[in-house]
Amino acid sequence: MSNILSVVTFLPLVGALLIATLNAEAKGNARWIALWTTLVTFAVSLLIWINFDTNTAGFQFVEEHAWLGPLKYKMGVDGISMLFVILTTFLMPLCILASWVSIQDRVKEYMIAFLVLETLMLGVFCALDMVLFYLFFEGGLIPMFIIIGVWGGKRRVYASFKFFLYTLLGSVLMLLAMMAMYWHAGTTDIPTLLQTKFPPDMQWWLWIAFFASFAVKMPMWPVHTWLPDAHVEAPTAGSVILAGILLKMGGYGFLRFSLPMFPNASAELASFVFTLSIVAIIYTSLVALVQEDIKKLIAYSSVAHMGYVTMGIFTASQQGIDGAIFQMLSHGIVSSALFLCVGVIYDRTHTREIAAYGGLVERMPKYAFAFMVFTMANVGLPGTSGFVGEFLTLLSAFKANTWVAILATTGVILSAAYALYLYRRVIFGVLEKASLKKLLDLSPREIAILAPLVLLTIFYGLYPAPVLDVTATSVKNLVQNYQSAQGTAAASAAPQGTH
Amino acid sequence: MDSSVLYVILPELILALGAIALLMIGVFSPNGETSGRNVTWLAIAVLVAAAVAVFEGSGSSAIFGGAFVSDSFTRFLKIVILVGAALTLLMTFDSFSRAKLLLFEYPVLVLLATLGMLMMVSANDLIALYLGLELQSLALYVVAAFKRDDVQSSEAGLKYFVLGALSSGMLLYGASMLYGVTGSTSYATIAAAAKMPEMATNIGLTFGLVFVLVGLAFKVAAVPFHMWTPDVYQGAPTPVTAFFAGAPKIAAMALLLRFTQAALPGVSSQWEQIIIFVSIASMALGSFAAIGQTNIKRLLAYSSIGNVGFALIGLAANNTEGTAGVLIYLVIYVAMTLGAFACVLAMQRNGRFVESISDLSGLAKTNLTFATILAVLMFSLAGIPPLAGFWAKWYVFLPAIKAGLYPLSVIGVVTSVVGAYYYLRVVKIMFFDEPAEGFSPTEGRTFAVMALSAAFVVAFVLPFVGGTVVDAATAAASVLVPAH
Repeated sequence: MSNILSVVTFLPLVGALLIATLNAEAKGNARWIALWTTLVTFAVSLLIWINFDTNTAGFQFVEEHAWLGPLKYKMGVDGISMLFVILTTFLMPLCILASWVSIQDRVKEYMIAFLVLETLMLGVFCALDMVLFYLFFEGGLIPMFIIIGVWGGKRRVYASFKFFLYTLLGSVLMLLAMMAMYWHAGTTDIPTLLQTKFPPDMQWWLWIAFFASFAVKMPMWPVHTWLPDAHVEAPTAGSVILAGILLKMGGYGFLRFSLPMFPNASAELASFVFTLSIVAIIYTSLVALVQEDIKKLIAYSSVAHMGYVTMGIFTASQQGIDGAIFQMLSHGIVSSALFLCVGVIYDRTHTREIAAYGGLVERMPKYAFAFMVFTMANVGLPGTSGFVGEFLTLLSAFKANTWVAILATTGVILSAAYALYLYRRVIFGVLEKASLKKLLDLSPREIAILAPLVLLTIFYGLYPAPVLDVTATSVKNLVQNYQSAQGTAAASAAPQGTH
Repeated sequence: MDSSVLYVILPELILALGAIALLMIGVFSPNGETSGRNVTWLAIAVLVAAAVAVFEGSGSSAIFGGAFVSDSFTRFLKIVILVGAALTLLMTFDSFSRAKLLLFEYPVLVLLATLGMLMMVSANDLIALYLGLELQSLALYVVAAFKRDDVQSSEAGLKYFVLGALSSGMLLYGASMLYGVTGSTSYATIAAAAKMPEMATNIGLTFGLVFVLVGLAFKVAAVPFHMWTPDVYQGAPTPVTAFFAGAPKIAAMALLLRFTQAALPGVSSQWEQIIIFVSIASMALGSFAAIGQTNIKRLLAYSSIGNVGFALIGLAANNTEGTAGVLIYLVIYVAMTLGAFACVLAMQRNGRFVESISDLSGLAKTNLTFATILAVLMFSLAGIPPLAGFWAKWYVFLPAIKAGLYPLSVIGVVTSVVGAYYYLRVVKIMFFDEPAEGFSPTEGRTFAVMALSAAFVVAFVLPFVGGTVVDAATAAASVLVPAH
């Protein structure tokens, strides 16, 4: 049990090496090995959840080995990171299944890229050493670059470069900040750094550097422009991973580094983040309204939903952060599901133009039902998982700043507008286009992909406790530390003023 | 003479005697091609023997009146140089043979150049510095023009010679000024003299230091003294370019490290500014100018200019971590460069070298192993973790942050993102584009170097690979103690 995190993290890599030994023609074998690897990884990762102690605020399943000089190979999870591990392992088998038929070219390489990516993503959430975190965080760019560039759409080259360079530029500044933290604290160990008090003016610079990285990853307005391009061009499973997990790394980074390590700077810059969040929520929702490409619309809606997350995080309150984490997990399920839904019809018609569809409910009732559930969750309808996160973040925002809450709430209305408008144009109406008249409803494989997502969306909408129980203790601890840091800053600022 | 002196210079003796012996063997062998082959094998053996001799050495000693030193710093660099040179000879074997250039002169000249490099690394005196530098340079001028009937190669040799001679002249001029001001050519005496308070404003010392640094900047191909690099890299036969890009750079950087830290610690505030400027200029030019290149050798030339800029960050930091950082950077740089040039050597169609980047088009479909190896090297050069190139940058930026060189560091990481663009372009051409005609099968020895280099780059993250290099470099760097 003590090294379960390493096992979970590196199992996919083992699968990738196994596939690498296969003959290039053995497409079926590559698919099956990838599927079984991800399923086994998921099963093992569930052991983490089962054995997770929800009453502990600190890190669990910690393992530590010597690495390079002062750097340690240290893994561990707490209430903030654990569910992201589960989310990753849960989505991966679905991604493999979603690529079962649609990927016919270079299957072996495709599966290797996905499994390597899974290892790197899991590493991000488990790493307890800053440099190890950075390694996984940045390393993920390589497989994603290849996935978008090789198996993507028409403008895949442009999209893959934009994705890579944008993210890299943000991250290198974070790297320098990590070095500065190392010289200040003498370690790259995250639990130790969480206890370290950085001087307020240094915090400010470190906060900015980390923000550069996480804001791009999140993505926050105005550095979100890589996301619609990457989403549109990536293959379906690539979009799922992007929306489901890669975006969550930004929010996770804020929770793991920015907020607890630089509490004074976070308090100072919270209104800045609120402003960007509001702009993201309102502006990108409006942009989503006019999109003609289904994937692009969902991509912009992702940016808007991430606005709630950043807003919730920087209220630095129990509800806000609980809500932000819940919103991220819910968005990981719902937006992944929406991209999978797009993939279903794209595989049949090879177009993502909204105008090319209409009246699908006549031919595909099961599909229409699944799509309906996810659309409602995207809107944030009570009873779906989308509601819980939005409600909690808005509640906390209302306490922190009423105006922020009022403006953010308009996003709920706008999201209903673009999501329902999309649904009407694609699913309802009269089925008149000849190309759509022969469409088949969901295949058993597609049902196997979408059914668990439908169940989870509704289950967590009605009963969010399993998630909130896991996060509560760690978040409480985070909030307490944050508030006590504000107190000490105020106390140390006061005597300075009297001089 | 005390026999322990001979023991200290044993590696150099092996190389010198080996070179002379191989020259004799070459001259008195009847058949050109066979003797070239045999002499190359023997040269590799000599290099390995010298490396073993270096490895067996221990302790610190200064001989020949303190002009020649041997310590863990020199041993570390000498092993890297010797291994680098041996691997270059190994991978160039078949390409030379194919180009009907497998003559015995080449390995002999490589041995002589390597001897010069070892002396540069050990130099602790301006005269010794110059001796080593010229022995290396003269041998390199000849090999640059090795393809005698090829205009480009001759041009490369001539260009290299003219500019190299000019830089040697400047270096000598600067050295003479340093001698005039301090009264000695020995690093130790210069350092002692430069510590005097009145020296801080001495114009002769400043001039001398600037001229020597200019000469050395030529040798490492740092901006603004880099102009020869792209032309020489492109013009020289590819196997020769592979040699140029590796070992000589290390020797010149070693020289720069020891010269600045052993001879001029007292006036570090003066040379630090120069190094910072040169570093920024090299990184910026290396990344921006490479964007438009279509020839892979020219691309790697600009890449090497940029890499020198990054390595100089560690020197600009002027602390022990920085010196160790430069050493780690050099090891990783050599590994990546050797691999990249082995890939260029493997770019052959119908028995001829092709050098255009577009020739790599769609390589992932025709030869996935080749494409993967080159892609790994490119991602590593771009500095993407967990590959070795990331660690190289980590270990030079870390001391720079310690030294408070924030603007330099920020410019450095930003240019590394610009640089990432052109490395990615190579990956894009190999993986995303439609396949062109495939390459001829890669020769075993060239492939071995490619695979070895890629394996090193990937495995650096493991403690027993990266940790070993880092520990050795840290131990080596502790010999040079920067003064503040």
